[in-house]
Amino acid sequence: MSADWILKTANGMDQFFGSITNKIKNFILLIGDMTLFGYGSLKLLFAQPYRYGEILKHMEFIGNQSIGIIALTSVFTGLALSFQVYLGFKLVNAVNLVGPTVALGITRELGPVLTGLIVSARAGGAMAARLGTMRVNEQMDALDVMGVNTKQYLIAPRIIAALLCMPLLTALFDFMAMVGCWFLCIKIIGLDQAIFFEKISQTVEVYHINEGLFKGLIFGLLFSVVCTYKGFHTTGGAKGVGEATNRGVVISMVSIIIIDYFLMNLIRIYYLIAGIGGGF
Amino acid sequence: MASMFKGEFAIELTDLKKSFDQGKDFVLKGLDLKIPRGSLTAIIGFSGTGKSVMLKHILGLYKPTSGRVEILGKDLSTLDENDLTKFRCNYGVLFQSAALFDDMTVIENVCFPLDEHRRHLKKEQVIQIAYDKLNMVGLDPKHFEKLPSQISGGMQKRTGLARALALDPEILIYDEPTTGLDPILTEMVDNLIVETHKLNQGTTSVMVSHDLAAAFRIADFIVMLDAGKVLLSGTAQDFFKSDIELVKRFVDKGMKH
Repeated sequence: MSADWILKTANGMDQFFGSITNKIKNFILLIGDMTLFGYGSLKLLFAQPYRYGEILKHMEFIGNQSIGIIALTSVFTGLALSFQVYLGFKLVNAVNLVGPTVALGITRELGPVLTGLIVSARAGGAMAARLGTMRVNEQMDALDVMGVNTKQYLIAPRIIAALLCMPLLTALFDFMAMVGCWFLCIKIIGLDQAIFFEKISQTVEVYHINEGLFKGLIFGLLFSVVCTYKGFHTTGGAKGVGEATNRGVVISMVSIIIIDYFLMNLIRIYYLIAGIGGGF
Repeated sequence: MASMFKGEFAIELTDLKKSFDQGKDFVLKGLDLKIPRGSLTAIIGFSGTGKSVMLKHILGLYKPTSGRVEILGKDLSTLDENDLTKFRCNYGVLFQSAALFDDMTVIENVCFPLDEHRRHLKKEQVIQIAYDKLNMVGLDPKHFEKLPSQISGGMQKRTGLARALALDPEILIYDEPTTGLDPILTEMVDNLIVETHKLNQGTTSVMVSHDLAAAFRIADFIVMLDAGKVLLSGTAQDFFKSDIELVKRFVDKGMKH
């Protein structure tokens, strides 16, 4: 081995680890910046002038206009999931457990996660695109020079609206998915309706539902902060708006799935400490 | 609205320096400028000479690396974020793209600053002021309820100007108002600026432009920037008489177009 080869290898490794370190550093800085952005914006919500009208307007967009898509996707999620669970449980003669299994899976995991993914794609993408367009069209500069606090006027109402709407949309998803489950189990497969409901009421507790609603709240905070951050800091014209929207949605969706896992474990730990449901 | 500020200069920039890369390179390199109160001033210069950066300092959107920005006798560095936000009510800005809010109608766009800062006014009063401002800039009332996307570029400029005038600002800024417009529309906007300045006596108007012919035609005070500094300031006559090579070139080229 020549000294030259060793030097080149060392330089290559140095560059490789240097680039990884930089990426990790940038990622941590981005998380920190987003956190400060979200916190700084929410803090302004309690400063005058209050923007209740804006909050309602964004709630209408994030919540009301998502009802149809959430209802539709949740019914079919319930149908598909129930059928798959039924096929598995039939092998071990446990078809009466299809209802509670689907109910637990929906309320604790699929409900909040799928609602988060759907709403972040629909409303989060629109938020990033709208704010990005306002940035590149100088509308944000216009607000600034008109003496309007852009974070208070544009960001805080969107985050609050997402926070308020997401648990409600998650609850809607849970309900409609269970309607799909009921339809498949009772009307198509022909299971006993009384046993179906009895098993669900024996298994599903209020804290299971609350767990899902809490996750919905966190996912609402997550996608609204990420998407508004990306839109707010858009640069580079129409191309920049496209990139901001794309990154906002992708980061939100990936983060929801990753954070769901850690959130699930944190909630388990909380259950263990609080002695709820034997930690499950 | 009668001005509260009685000083000779509405805008004073003293040894203004701005760097975006920790002092490695300066966009503004010790810029000194005094804009007389009540004047219609044109800021001209080639692209990349620091016009927009200077403008953002005047608006308090950028903080200087060093130097002082004094607007209406107030040093902007002494204002915190909240005070600065309130202070910006002294400005009216017509942006290059008009920057109208595209989800609001023409009349709603003009009402917006009034709704934000004149909360004591009744809705009818706000609408009346907005009507007056839109009439002042010559927009036909049949367009008042239209969205910005439904009106022409010239009408958008008029609406943008009406919105800029809504709070009766002390300083009216035109950021490249005619860039990208056809000659007829350019002349219309130029005339609109002159008319607006005449109708709003006491208001200091600042126009950033590279349209030299328009600057000579309508401005009573002209400032030329080069490489982050003021190269020459004065009247149109001062520019025609100037021996500075760059000014001569700029005047020759500008007057040919």
